[in-house]
Amino acid sequence: MSWYLSLPLAIPFITAIFAFFARKSVYGKWISVIGSGASLLASAALMYVVLQEGVIAGQMGNWPAPFGITLVADLLSAVMVVITAITGFAVAIYCMGEITERMEYLGYHALFQVLLAGVTGAFLTGDLFNLYVWFEVMLISSFGLLILGGRKEQIDGGIKYVTLNLISTILFLSGIGLIYGMTGTLNLADLSLAVERVENQGLLTVVAVMFMIAFGVKAALFPLFFWLPAAYHTPAFSVSAVFAGLLTKVGVYALIRMFTLVFDHDVQFTHTLLLWVAAFTMIVGVLGAAAQSDFRKILSFHIVSQIGYMIMGLALSTKFALVGAVFYLVHHIIVKANLFLIAGVANRIAGSTELSRIGGLYKSAPLLGILFLIPAFSLAGFPPLSGFWAKYILVAAAIEIEAWVIAGIALLVGLLTIYSMTKIWGQAFWPAHPDGIEPKLSHMPKFQRWCYLLPIAGLATLTIIIGLFPEPFVTFAERAADQLLDPTEYVTTVLGERAP
Amino acid sequence: MEILLSISVGVLVAAAVYLMLARNVLRFIFGLILISNAANLVIFTSGRLTLGAPPLIEEGALLPPEGVANALPQALVLTAIVIGFGLFAFALILVYRAYTTLGTLYSDDMRVAEPRSEDAG
Repeated sequence: MSWYLSLPLAIPFITAIFAFFARKSVYGKWISVIGSGASLLASAALMYVVLQEGVIAGQMGNWPAPFGITLVADLLSAVMVVITAITGFAVAIYCMGEITERMEYLGYHALFQVLLAGVTGAFLTGDLFNLYVWFEVMLISSFGLLILGGRKEQIDGGIKYVTLNLISTILFLSGIGLIYGMTGTLNLADLSLAVERVENQGLLTVVAVMFMIAFGVKAALFPLFFWLPAAYHTPAFSVSAVFAGLLTKVGVYALIRMFTLVFDHDVQFTHTLLLWVAAFTMIVGVLGAAAQSDFRKILSFHIVSQIGYMIMGLALSTKFALVGAVFYLVHHIIVKANLFLIAGVANRIAGSTELSRIGGLYKSAPLLGILFLIPAFSLAGFPPLSGFWAKYILVAAAIEIEAWVIAGIALLVGLLTIYSMTKIWGQAFWPAHPDGIEPKLSHMPKFQRWCYLLPIAGLATLTIIIGLFPEPFVTFAERAADQLLDPTEYVTTVLGERAP
Repeated sequence: MEILLSISVGVLVAAAVYLMLARNVLRFIFGLILISNAANLVIFTSGRLTLGAPPLIEEGALLPPEGVANALPQALVLTAIVIGFGLFAFALILVYRAYTTLGTLYSDDMRVAEPRSEDAG
């Protein structure tokens, strides 16, 4: 059983080692693509097992929980692992077109694979301290990827990204220390039982808020998101795509996991706080985007605003709202990574990401225009694309429990999202290029063109599929939400006979 | 003993916050190093401190005697120190690199990635 859990983790690490040794040859990128493909298969196998058998758990080194390190996959973990592998595979193909030999030589593909391993590990672990270690794996590889190449903007953005993320790490670590002091365990399943026995529930709420802040920095929540728009527009496009798709979502995942499994003792306080934070995150993100004039900066602020929707689903914490949050997570990763990849193509053929310096993309590269419209409309929530259903479920969930204000904000932010997408369309795609050149896709060499366009088309197809046939995905999200709301299966699977 | 450590955690955090509020990035990193050590002390203290009671299990027994220190937080602290060491080595090099490429250590002047609107226009 534990092979299903450890393979999605082991494959990226092994790939990273091979890719590192092949960094001077032309095979490095192929190793990365093949490794990512293998992870995709392994995570699909994991998903199949979890769908068939429910929650599965494996104890590393055969130390029984709660003493050893536990890997657990419930439906939420499994779907996050699958979506990580899909994004990783798509971006690995894209890298073959974008990443220069110099960056390969500096170990790009190895860092990329370690990042994927870190993200997967964070989704699969069932132990709080182990989660910290995976966060560090993710963090250090993302530091490397962010500044690889060493351009001035990268160093500048890197400083802000590194320092603010280190603060969150330290808060996370202190929180771990305090919760261990109170409960004597770090195993998540065991913690969910142990927190009820804590005498001083007020102190537990303090620790809950520490975790909220620590994960809030990772997830780029208001008012802790400033590192994100400072850094995400600086690295290579494939890097910012995989950051945009996955890194903040690890923070969201950690919040969902902790605040459904462990910290559900004072919902009145913590989840109300989360709801306010969600509202501000949505509004501030979308307004920030409206003020920007760079393709990637607009998209970066939209990450912030979209994170608000997922946290809104968590904060409402009804079943229907959690269905929306899970659905939104999956939809958002695909769409957001795709938009950053498209920004990379626009930069490649039109020469910039600054909207005032590019143009004419729709006339000379209509295929790119269509490929942009699919994720852009999906992000804004147009039917029949995936974003429509994600937003629809969340807003319906808010109306169901008569949370009118947050429902109204969610709808308004959707409207403002269209404004930003129209701005990109209206400046980069519609008017003629200011320098009079015609940015054509055929200007790229054939191999590079395919590497750029295949992943974009693949991710866009996924968005359409989720949009046209949402039912199996919603049913899946319902099952995942059931598991989140009633963690009995999770706890009994992890603890075995120790469970009450 | 717990009180002594709690006070030193407080002092470390206070000094760290003071340093981190500086505009100089190098000072900020020093503040981070201090606060990360404060976090390590928090974990260490949370394992309850005992004097002269090593966590050794007697032969044939399944549990250590009552009142020994919990060994797990010490293992966690060790892990955290090692990870922190790597991260701060990276952060220091990054600051040095920022100094050589951007020519400044002051966060107010680091505006390459986010230019002020008057500079950009």
